[in-house]
Amino acid sequence: MPKLTIDGIEVEVPAGTTVLQAAEILGIEIPRFCYHERLSIAGNCRMCLVEVKPGPPKPAASCAMPVAEGMDVRTDSEMARKARKGVMEFLLINHPLDCPICDQGGECDLQDEAMTFGNDHSRYGEMKRSVTEKEMGPLVKTAMTRCIHCTRCVRFTTEVAGVPEMGMLGRGEHAEITTYLEQALDSELSGNVVDLCPVGALTSRPYAFTARPWELRKTESIDVLDALGTNVRIDVRSGQVLRILPRLNEAVNEEWLADKSRHAMDGLRQQRLDTPYVRKDGQLVPASWEEAFAAIRAKVAGLDGSRIAAIAGDQADCEAMTALKDLMGVLGSTNLDCRQDGAKLDPTVRAGYLFNSTVEGIESADALLLVGSDPRWEAPVLNARIRKRYLAGGFKAGRIGPAGRDLTYPVEELGVDPSVLIEIAEGRHPFAEVLKAAKTPMIILGMGALTRTDGAAILAAARKVADTTGMVTEGWNGFSVLHTAAARVGGLDLGFVPGSGGLDTRGIQAGCASGAVEVLYLLGADEIDTNALGKAFVIYQGSHGDAGAHRADVILPGLAYTEKEATYVNTEGRPQRTKVAGFGPGEAKEDWKIIRALSGALDKTLPLDSVHQVRARMAEINPVLGTMNAVTPAAWEAFGTEGPVDTAAFTTAIANYYMTCPISRASPTMAECTRVFINGNQERTGTDG
Amino acid sequence: MSGSATEAFQFTPEYMEQAKAILAKYPQGRERSGVLPLLDLAQRQLGWVSTGVVEEVARITKTPRMKVLEVATFYTMYKHSPKGRHHVEVCTNIACWLRGSDEVLRAIKDELGIDVGGQTGDDLFSLAEAECLGACCNAPMLQIGDEYFEDLTYETTRDLVRKLKRGEPVKVGSQIGRSGSEPEGGPTTLAEFCTTSKVGGAE
Ligand code: SF4
Ligand code: FES
Repeated sequence: MPKLTIDGIEVEVPAGTTVLQAAEILGIEIPRFCYHERLSIAGNCRMCLVEVKPGPPKPAASCAMPVAEGMDVRTDSEMARKARKGVMEFLLINHPLDCPICDQGGECDLQDEAMTFGNDHSRYGEMKRSVTEKEMGPLVKTAMTRCIHCTRCVRFTTEVAGVPEMGMLGRGEHAEITTYLEQALDSELSGNVVDLCPVGALTSRPYAFTARPWELRKTESIDVLDALGTNVRIDVRSGQVLRILPRLNEAVNEEWLADKSRHAMDGLRQQRLDTPYVRKDGQLVPASWEEAFAAIRAKVAGLDGSRIAAIAGDQADCEAMTALKDLMGVLGSTNLDCRQDGAKLDPTVRAGYLFNSTVEGIESADALLLVGSDPRWEAPVLNARIRKRYLAGGFKAGRIGPAGRDLTYPVEELGVDPSVLIEIAEGRHPFAEVLKAAKTPMIILGMGALTRTDGAAILAAARKVADTTGMVTEGWNGFSVLHTAAARVGGLDLGFVPGSGGLDTRGIQAGCASGAVEVLYLLGADEIDTNALGKAFVIYQGSHGDAGAHRADVILPGLAYTEKEATYVNTEGRPQRTKVAGFGPGEAKEDWKIIRALSGALDKTLPLDSVHQVRARMAEINPVLGTMNAVTPAAWEAFGTEGPVDTAAFTTAIANYYMTCPISRASPTMAECTRVFINGNQERTGTDG
Repeated sequence: MSGSATEAFQFTPEYMEQAKAILAKYPQGRERSGVLPLLDLAQRQLGWVSTGVVEEVARITKTPRMKVLEVATFYTMYKHSPKGRHHVEVCTNIACWLRGSDEVLRAIKDELGIDVGGQTGDDLFSLAEAECLGACCNAPMLQIGDEYFEDLTYETTRDLVRKLKRGEPVKVGSQIGRSGSEPEGGPTTLAEFCTTSKVGGAE
């Protein structure tokens, strides 16, 4: 380990560390534009110049210089400062200095560094160069005259996102950053280039000219638009969510955020349920809470529990599911399910429904079998983790499911239907050898494989693959279920599933159609076929006027994830909590409180008077929910039901990445993304940017 | 010298032969190394580098098309629009300029009636300025295709263009008969050594 001194402080770092990183360890910050710890080193902005002895008597780029024994680095010497001033002057020659009309203003690296190294006047009297805007699609707005050619955006899209569609054309004075033929940036991670761009060349199109960073109140929270549980920061002004940014969590999302999670938030302002509704003469009319509860009471009172059912949706929080489960308990119903897509997940064995390898664990896997899963759409940030693993080398991936879709890393197409899975489980397929030869093989089982009628048999077959190829060993469990719903693992952990003799989602729907179920409680469940619920009395509790609300007889307005403090368990089994960032509209209330109030109106008052009691009850049902932010490894036990499988090909769980939940379906930005990326309509409309 | 930017491009069988020979020089999995020569080859066939060329070269070399486009736009030797059959590039950098590149340009403008960036109506000639082409010893000079024409004057330039117009043979290299970049009027040192025609481009 080489020893060196930086600004007179001695430090010993592993060989291969760069001078800039070594300085960081000491807490000495060297200014930089192009360097980013998650991207390859480009060394092209020259802002990080330092003085290094011994060596040639000129400043050196610290981001690209590996440390060496006995180096004497000065980050703040006369030479270093003068060099950076010079670099800054060059950068500003062609920079438009249009900070007052630039969205990056106030959070711009160039602006910040110019405070330290900039001059108070310009010595450049010629015309500045100007560059035309580049079209990059509905999410990224460009002002390329501001670009300082750090190539962070190019490196991100090429390396992390795996979509090599950005690049720098021309050279020198004429260099311009663009996408190939100015096509929209077709990546589910494109929003991250806005975060990475150190200047205002790439900014968020939906957020354009909306707010200044110092006007925003920032709340650290959790995303629930996919099951990854990305850590986010929610920026709010006057109670309104204006933007969502990623927050660092190495174990979950590193520092990336998927486009839907970032941009669907304008759906929080559309289609909101802001008051209770009761259906009168076929018409939904606004009502008071008392009227709504009275309507429910009139229907439920005296009804046998077996005629009541509840389905929890994809964004239901643990607190609400706890309360609803208990309410169903006191009403004597065992007809409840949190798997509205009908996934044949086994709730009794936790290891059977978790992403056991953990997200971070993907990086230690050396072989991967994807079954009925499209991680690029189901969890884009997790997919970037798989790509990262692939880039590290010595990794083989195979896929059973719809072929041809580019996942940004090569996959061997093994087949499209479950028979291949059975062959691998029985060791009759060459890929079984690949998995057996691997030290830490893993399987990712998607909802495309489990929502089928033979899902339970497929789950059993996947388990058999795990057993026969050595996926479960001391300290490693490669059996990983990739969920699409943020609520799913929490629901299963809480046992929000049919009790003894109870009906599951399919049974409940059939029951509604046949009249066996008379009251159906939908807790934010919109992805079921709401037209096939027969004459059932439907109570819809949720935040948006989506499919469920349209069918409802009583609507109870709930809060969305940015408006409540609620617990969600991500696909790897990590309980995390959202925070209150903005206010809900009108009468909308926290979901568990609504259920608690309803229980009182039904004379079945639940002993849940405070959020502490709800959380205590949660931990009582499943102790795992008592510890936040930690993954508790699950014991490997028997699950799934062996049986015959269908030969029908797997389908994908998501038809349109940009619209998967009430929030994203209500979002104008997501509608625009659908138009451009899903329907392939690249033409801009007059309302763009 | 034809085609729109987006028209698909394919190598003719003869050019494809050459492309394969070029790619064979690089190890398997390193097809990317062939991007530069293949772009050049395509330009020889089509006359310029169209989007179709970029995409075909990307496909053959298994390189992301954006990376091919980056390379193609980095080097000025790749043309991004159709040019005249004789694309005349006149060096106007310091050495040529001091030695009379203004006269060379004037001669071409007078003879063809086009300006820098222009093209004759019959698509026979197009004119461009070039940065230093590395023949400063024999300045001023211009380049047409693969050939250099050096030691030019107003008259010799006009003469050169006139001959090209008529399709007559032209003299490449130095127009005043010096060999390589040796001094005007023959070698001044190692004279004996050179006359034995062991080295240099003695005619
Ligand atoms: S657009 Fe931004 S991130 Fe991309 S090269 Fe320019 S300054 Fe860097
Ligand atoms: S940060 Fe070192 S050159 Fe850009």
